Amino acid sequence: MTIRVALPTHLRQLAGCDKEVRVDAPPTQRGVIDALEQQYPALHGTLRDPATGRRRSFVRFYACEQDLSHESPDSTLPAAVIEGTEPFRIIGAMAGG
Amino acid sequence: MYGVRVLVGTRKGAFVLTSDEKRQEWQVDGPHFAGWEVYHLAGSPADPDRIWAAPSTGWFGQMIQRSDDGGRTWDAVGNDFSYASAVGEHQWYDGTLRPWEFSRVWHLEPSPTDRDLVYAGIQDAALFRSSDGGVTWEELRGLREHSSGPKWQPGAGGMCLHTILLDPNNPSRMTVAISAAGVFRTDDSGATWRPINQGLLSDGIPSAAAEVGHCVHKLAMHPSRPDTLYMQKHWDVMRSDDAGEHWHEISGDLPSDFGFPVVVHAHEPETVYVVPITSDSYHFPPDGRLRVYRSRTGGDVWEALTDGLPQENCFVDVLRDALAVDTLDECGVYLGTTGGQVYASSDSGDTWTPIATHLPAVLSVEVQTL
Repeated sequence: MTIRVALPTHLRQLAGCDKEVRVDAPPTQRGVIDALEQQYPALHGTLRDPATGRRRSFVRFYACEQDLSHESPDSTLPAAVIEGTEPFRIIGAMAGG
Repeated sequence: MYGVRVLVGTRKGAFVLTSDEKRQEWQVDGPHFAGWEVYHLAGSPADPDRIWAAPSTGWFGQMIQRSDDGGRTWDAVGNDFSYASAVGEHQWYDGTLRPWEFSRVWHLEPSPTDRDLVYAGIQDAALFRSSDGGVTWEELRGLREHSSGPKWQPGAGGMCLHTILLDPNNPSRMTVAISAAGVFRTDDSGATWRPINQGLLSDGIPSAAAEVGHCVHKLAMHPSRPDTLYMQKHWDVMRSDDAGEHWHEISGDLPSDFGFPVVVHAHEPETVYVVPITSDSYHFPPDGRLRVYRSRTGGDVWEALTDGLPQENCFVDVLRDALAVDTLDECGVYLGTTGGQVYASSDSGDTWTPIATHLPAVLSVEVQTL
């Protein structure tokens, strides 16, 4: 399943990719991030703490105008993301002044 | 190329400054990793085209990047700094105990002889080693597991392992410094460690001469005399002539013995440099005058080096890894400030010239002599 993923500037710079990329992944947060890290190894550890596997505190996941950050990593993503009409958005939380 | 490459880590990226051996004209390249905090970069003495960098952000954590072309292009390598065993607890600022938790890499120390071997000092304090060019990292856990660990505490910047000295004559010996725990040495390649803080006195801890708990800011060593160590402590500049077994104060006539960096001249083991800072609450130079102090007597007697450095209205800081030397025949000295200036001296500190003036706050300066 192809998922559209929108990345913040820091991570685009790191991965050397466009603002939006496509990954073939199971339609869950975990599936998307696993696939993203496989496709762009430079992103390994940037979204989840390598030691705990948990989402980093200042990383947020949005889609379809909803904050999915606190959903289970194995929850199914919204239908619009699965259908490809909406991207899965990875955001650096608003911080830093 | 024959010349100098200065690796500058800043709050918002890394910069590579290059010059020929005259060190008069400089090319500034960067920012690399724009927007990332780069606490440290270090080049491999065994292969100067190989450079490691440690960018991090509060959002996306720690990266390790490696260049194999002298800093022109970079690739991500391994960034898993998971502790090798169950973490214990250390002192927190309020006197409670807190589990060890990784937050960032403070310092990278490449092997002088093996291009694939590099050490990393991290916060919360631990020492890691990579023997495959940074792809994987392994903790030398005997240090963190030392029985004094529950007495270690963070300095103002965090509980960081910021100094790694590799003994050039004894591959089994390493000396590290942790703020605020003190100095530790291994003589068996990192398997076991012991604190070597005898002679340090710190008023800020319950027992001034305690075995651990000292806020050591930086150590320096000349490779020709690995048993002579210099230290800038939170307060006091110190010296040991027996590989850290005993320390004595050499602050002498410094205007303040608070500061962060200390380095040794490339060719004169008894010539040492520090940058006095007013105090732990006033993180700027005394009297608003940025002065590097040089001792040509191994301490106690110091001279202010001011020619070319701002001598009025200067209220920047110089952090612990932001002073370095090159190894050209006439030793060059380099310092970076939290105001974003990098100054260079091509005459052992007698005169200084700004070689970059408007960078983000400088966190570290390292020099490669090419």
